[in-house]
Amino acid sequence: MIDFGGWDMPVQYTAGTIEEHMTVRTRVGLFDVSHMGEIEIRGPQALNLVQHVTTNDASKLADGQAQYSGLTYPEGTFVDDILVHRFADDHYFLCVNASNADKDFAWIASHAGEFDCEASNVSANYSQIAVQGPQALATLQPLTDVSLADIKYYWFTRGHVDGVPALIARTGYTGEDGFEIYFDPHESERIWDKLLAQGQSFNILPCGLAARNTLRLEAKMALYGHEIDDTTTVLEADLAWICKLNKGDFIGRDKLVAQKAAGLTRKLVGFEVLDKGIARDHYPVFIGDEQVGYVTSGSPAPFLKKNIGMAYLPLAHTAVGSQFDIDVRGRRLKAQVVPTPFYKRSK
Amino acid sequence: MSVYPDNLHYTKDHEWIRVEGDTGTVGITHFAQEQLGDVVHVQLPRAGEKFDAHATFGEVESVKTFSELFTPVSGEIVAANDALADTPELVNSEPYGGGWMIKLKLGDPSEVDKLLSASEYEDYLESQKED
Repeated sequence: MIDFGGWDMPVQYTAGTIEEHMTVRTRVGLFDVSHMGEIEIRGPQALNLVQHVTTNDASKLADGQAQYSGLTYPEGTFVDDILVHRFADDHYFLCVNASNADKDFAWIASHAGEFDCEASNVSANYSQIAVQGPQALATLQPLTDVSLADIKYYWFTRGHVDGVPALIARTGYTGEDGFEIYFDPHESERIWDKLLAQGQSFNILPCGLAARNTLRLEAKMALYGHEIDDTTTVLEADLAWICKLNKGDFIGRDKLVAQKAAGLTRKLVGFEVLDKGIARDHYPVFIGDEQVGYVTSGSPAPFLKKNIGMAYLPLAHTAVGSQFDIDVRGRRLKAQVVPTPFYKRSK
Repeated sequence: MSVYPDNLHYTKDHEWIRVEGDTGTVGITHFAQEQLGDVVHVQLPRAGEKFDAHATFGEVESVKTFSELFTPVSGEIVAANDALADTPELVNSEPYGGGWMIKLKLGDPSEVDKLLSASEYEDYLESQKED
């Protein structure tokens, strides 16, 4: 067990990271992600507050729809990356990173006064379990009263899981089909066990943090504290698709508009290590003799069977095919920018 | 097989050595492979290379981390386990069998006496458990 932002969490269960990873890619895996934070925003101007503090355009959401978004500082850098769920036009539900939940809530609350709405940190009211993989639907369906096939990707619904009221969202952090379910924490052990039992016919496995990390890396999903933080802007992080500069004013918009106009100096890329060796988090990245950055996340990719990672590179070196060096404990290994996501599931 | 077989000698760096005549076979312990998790690469020396005791002779990489490998005793490499190039997972599944790493011609057989017995190693592991 490791201490992850104050939560004791398993890095891996008994099967091991590679088997957990492959199980999610090919069958179904279960993640206890109860550490994630939840923040509710309610009131007549709930949408205005969400629009003010986030980069994506929440006005495009319908009831029951969710979107990935950035919570940004005036510099256009990240307070956090979050999921915004719309319950109703006066009721939004944000899922935020565990280690950032208090900071996020304080940030949002400090801006809530400008709007007729109220933000509350409801993290303690929810457990979250992620069921991920091609058999996620078949695993969860027998335990719920909602028709899961009718929930589209990045939509959600309210229903029951094993009789317990739950928010069921077709979202995830693995690059696979799957669901994230939010419910009363008192029921979490029972629901966890029920899901494991239900998934037995698919050889379901409980999966730890290490597999969660390799799965999200193959899908090129950012991890706060690695790819994104208060020093990286939404545009540098290659997340222009969640940065809707024309939606109206929001915190950080001016800086992001200016940065877009001036052109980026660096950008996040995905790379593959060409030489034999593994580039890990924080290893220095070189172009010639000049250190130009560092690896934000690097690991063997269990499904792709390659050594991959992400890094910030000077813009001129971000094209697919562009090569650079990574210092792996004193050895210079050749790496190459590759198309991302590294892994994309077949529909 | 016991998690820590009695016929092996152990180090506090979590290597084991099996001595047969003037040759020792070296690998990492069950504890070490469990801590590393899935092993994906093992870097080993070539036959003929000589090492002092407690010298770095290679490196083992898992999905989540890496670790240097140390010689339990001094000696000359007579063989490295080539099978680990294609099947590094043997380090996890058979740490004392197919997962062996090097065979050494012992430089000084008396060095073996300074290593830990199975029960001493288990006591050592126990003493390291703090929380």
